[in-house]
Amino acid sequence: MDRIATVVLTLIAALIIGTLIGLLGFILTQGWHKLNLDFLTSPPDIVNAGGGIGPQLFNSFYLLVLTMLIALPLGIGAGIYMAEYAPDNKFTQFIRMSIEVLSSLPSIVVGLFGLLVFVNMTGWGYTLFSGALALTVFNLPLLVRVTEDALRNVPRSQKEASLALGITKWRTIVSVILPAALPGILTGAILASGRVFGEAAALLFTAGMSSPNLNFADFSLNSPTSPLNPFRPAETLAVHIWKVNSEGLTPDARDVADGAAAVLIIAVLLFNLSARWFGTWVYKKMTSGSN
Amino acid sequence: MNHRIEGVGTNRQSLIARKMLTYNKRQFTENMTGRTIAMVCAALLVIVVLSITYFIASKGLSTFFVDGVSISEFLTQVKWDPEGEPALYGVFPFILGSFLVTALAALIAAPLGIGAAIFMTEIFPGFGKKVLKPVIELLVGIPSVVYGYVGLTLLVPFIREQFDVLGFSLLAGGLVLALMILPTITSVATDAIEAVPQDLRNASLALGATRWQTIWNVVLHSSLPGCLTAVVLGMARAFGEALAVQMVIGNTTKLPGSLLDPISTLTSGITLNMGNTIQGTPYNNALWSMALLLLLMSFVFIMILRFLGRKRLVK
Amino acid sequence: MKKLSKMLMALTFVGALLAGCGSNNAAPAPQQPAQQPAQQPATPAPEQNNSGSTTTTSGEPITAVGSTALQPLVEQTAKDFMAKNQGVQIQVQGGGSGTGLSQVASGAATIGNSDIFAEEKKGIPANELVDHRVAVVGMAAAVSPKVKVDNLTKQQLIDIFTGKITNWKDVGGDDMKITLVNRPKSSGTRATFSKFALDGKEEAEGITEDSSGTVRKIIAETPGAIGYLALSYFNDSVKALKLDGVEANAENIASNKYPVWAYEHMYTKGEPTGNAKAFLEFILSEEVQKKTITELGFLPITDMKVERDAEGKVTQK
Repeated sequence: MDRIATVVLTLIAALIIGTLIGLLGFILTQGWHKLNLDFLTSPPDIVNAGGGIGPQLFNSFYLLVLTMLIALPLGIGAGIYMAEYAPDNKFTQFIRMSIEVLSSLPSIVVGLFGLLVFVNMTGWGYTLFSGALALTVFNLPLLVRVTEDALRNVPRSQKEASLALGITKWRTIVSVILPAALPGILTGAILASGRVFGEAAALLFTAGMSSPNLNFADFSLNSPTSPLNPFRPAETLAVHIWKVNSEGLTPDARDVADGAAAVLIIAVLLFNLSARWFGTWVYKKMTSGSN
Repeated sequence: MNHRIEGVGTNRQSLIARKMLTYNKRQFTENMTGRTIAMVCAALLVIVVLSITYFIASKGLSTFFVDGVSISEFLTQVKWDPEGEPALYGVFPFILGSFLVTALAALIAAPLGIGAAIFMTEIFPGFGKKVLKPVIELLVGIPSVVYGYVGLTLLVPFIREQFDVLGFSLLAGGLVLALMILPTITSVATDAIEAVPQDLRNASLALGATRWQTIWNVVLHSSLPGCLTAVVLGMARAFGEALAVQMVIGNTTKLPGSLLDPISTLTSGITLNMGNTIQGTPYNNALWSMALLLLLMSFVFIMILRFLGRKRLVK
Repeated sequence: MKKLSKMLMALTFVGALLAGCGSNNAAPAPQQPAQQPAQQPATPAPEQNNSGSTTTTSGEPITAVGSTALQPLVEQTAKDFMAKNQGVQIQVQGGGSGTGLSQVASGAATIGNSDIFAEEKKGIPANELVDHRVAVVGMAAAVSPKVKVDNLTKQQLIDIFTGKITNWKDVGGDDMKITLVNRPKSSGTRATFSKFALDGKEEAEGITEDSSGTVRKIIAETPGAIGYLALSYFNDSVKALKLDGVEANAENIASNKYPVWAYEHMYTKGEPTGNAKAFLEFILSEEVQKKTITELGFLPITDMKVERDAEGKVTQK
């Protein structure tokens, strides 16, 4: 029985890895030929072949940063509340359920909600910031959930030891429990950022489907062509892939979409690796533990 | 204020005494600030959930109260024809489609995901950590449009050739979704399994159980809530997925007769039509009612799963 | 307290951004970014700068929202217009014809791009909107090149799309099952095709997709599939069918010999003023009509020999 189980599990792992490699291989081989510096930096061309994805690539990353800036503190804060302060009653269960329900909302519904509130009602128009807020809605459930689970999973002994030393509850949470829970939270954050990279439907209505010509030499936060201005429309890579696939009129639309998909995968891979490395480093620094 | 301090008697008098004797303004402020911040975050979250629910509900309910469509017709009728004369609003095919494709995806992805999680933590931890985990996290970053496109290019023709059918089918949708939710299930399940204290495993092995018996009886049992969370999160994602699914299921409004028939889901119905309809018209409101339905369905789903999880634990 | 202060800093940063930039969006930000940034497209610098109406008043950005089919056209012309008129900002978004019409009717967008007449959709106060027809788009039935049929009579087309004829051999092709590829029920493209190619008959159920790119791909790869596409999307992977012997080309559409075509509309709430007016005039100018519009596969509105109104009545121009 033990033998059979081991074999089955190994087969499962092999199947998954095989599918993943096949999938990634397919995407990369389709798009590999498009990858050159010109493609990565020039703006898209609407009429002729030869357009690139420069602004969109930048937008994807910048949107990620903005979303995480908003979602992480909120998610971790709410997770702390759920794990440490919330009484164990029906109301808390209700909160938990509603949070989970949030994550199953169809992306287009969140997008239209974002359109109504973050775009029209506030008068901002299609902006990076509206997109970041819409994406926060998506990712909060995941972050809250993993934070809460990670916090709960920290051995009680750690918490008790800290309290016994006279450290206040809040400081215990922040300096002892949270760092110990870091790997779990990191997983959640990486999953969430993957979702940010890959999301398209919600962003169609909030961050928009086009990007103004970006002047990368401009660092002000106000100018409409400054890449750092969060109040400008910003088409991300995923949205661009969707757009080119659906209504692309250039002769090389297929190539652009494939190339963009390949670039996106590589970007996600690089980001995940560096986030993990960074997170492990922070974890070691803060807890003197090694996982 | 309810400072439950472990190890110290929770007798009310001793609590009060402790508070009075050890009151420290700085600590008190720190605690209050911290607690307030956490509460504010949670409150914000609840506000977001409430406002979205209100938003969807106000639009979705107007189909019934303003446009006069009956709820039973909406839920059980099979004909969907909002542009016809008379306009028909039966969304049962969509409900069925959503339900079936999510169930199929979960059925495929849950064993695979939890199996992979076990593999990564129990059987080959080194390899699992270094290789499998990053690769799975990579999967999450692939945009849904790419999944849909790959499904359209590879999966649909494959099914078409193998089974001599259209290709666009429930099966295609289930497979694509399973692939999409696999990372979620695996990652969260891995963290849950990893959190099981090593002592429990050691104790079981010391009693003479094999590795697999340990896994099955001890590890899985204790990490069941976490694994269930993983599956729930995965299903929630599958429910709400639109772009990838709509490219491979065919979007016909006939009821499916088998795994190989094309279907429609609530999400694809909304995504395909929302942009073409005008805000405030009956057609548009009907789409919002579908979104409201999605919301309610996921609520029910999650409640059921939580109930099951709790039952198991008590046993 | 490191984590806490990090969090607080992050929140303050976000808050500052909000406060600082939020209100600035509407205020005139006369940034004249000199057109020599690090990466810029080789925007075709217009040789003749004869547009004397270069309004350089920078103000609120113009937003054009709506049809994704029209979006490439509006985006390209917006780019050209902005190159000629420094300081004007035009933002073009998609979202569908319905979204476009709703947004412009509610005042949230300056221009609403639409594939259909505002009158055709219930719920839009069409009398408040001013219609600017900027281009014409032709539509044809599309099949995979493997299908041996080149031409269909209108009756055959109707029978196929209503599900009466289910095999290609009934119209002169091979023995292959016909697979219908439709648009969603709310789609303007479907409405146009239904009105002018199917004489208003209701389409039978088929594979439903909204985006032209996906439809084209499905038609190309599914044996025996038939659907309909705007002419701008045809390439080597799909074949256009003739209708009653008439080919879908610019000439036949201009004279309405080939009846399956639609206007591309850009609606404004009331008469347009200022930059919006200049932009619309720019699109309707000879230069854009002859170059950009034809390059993208549309037909110049100026070439049309007939006019058609919302009910479908055709009048000679």
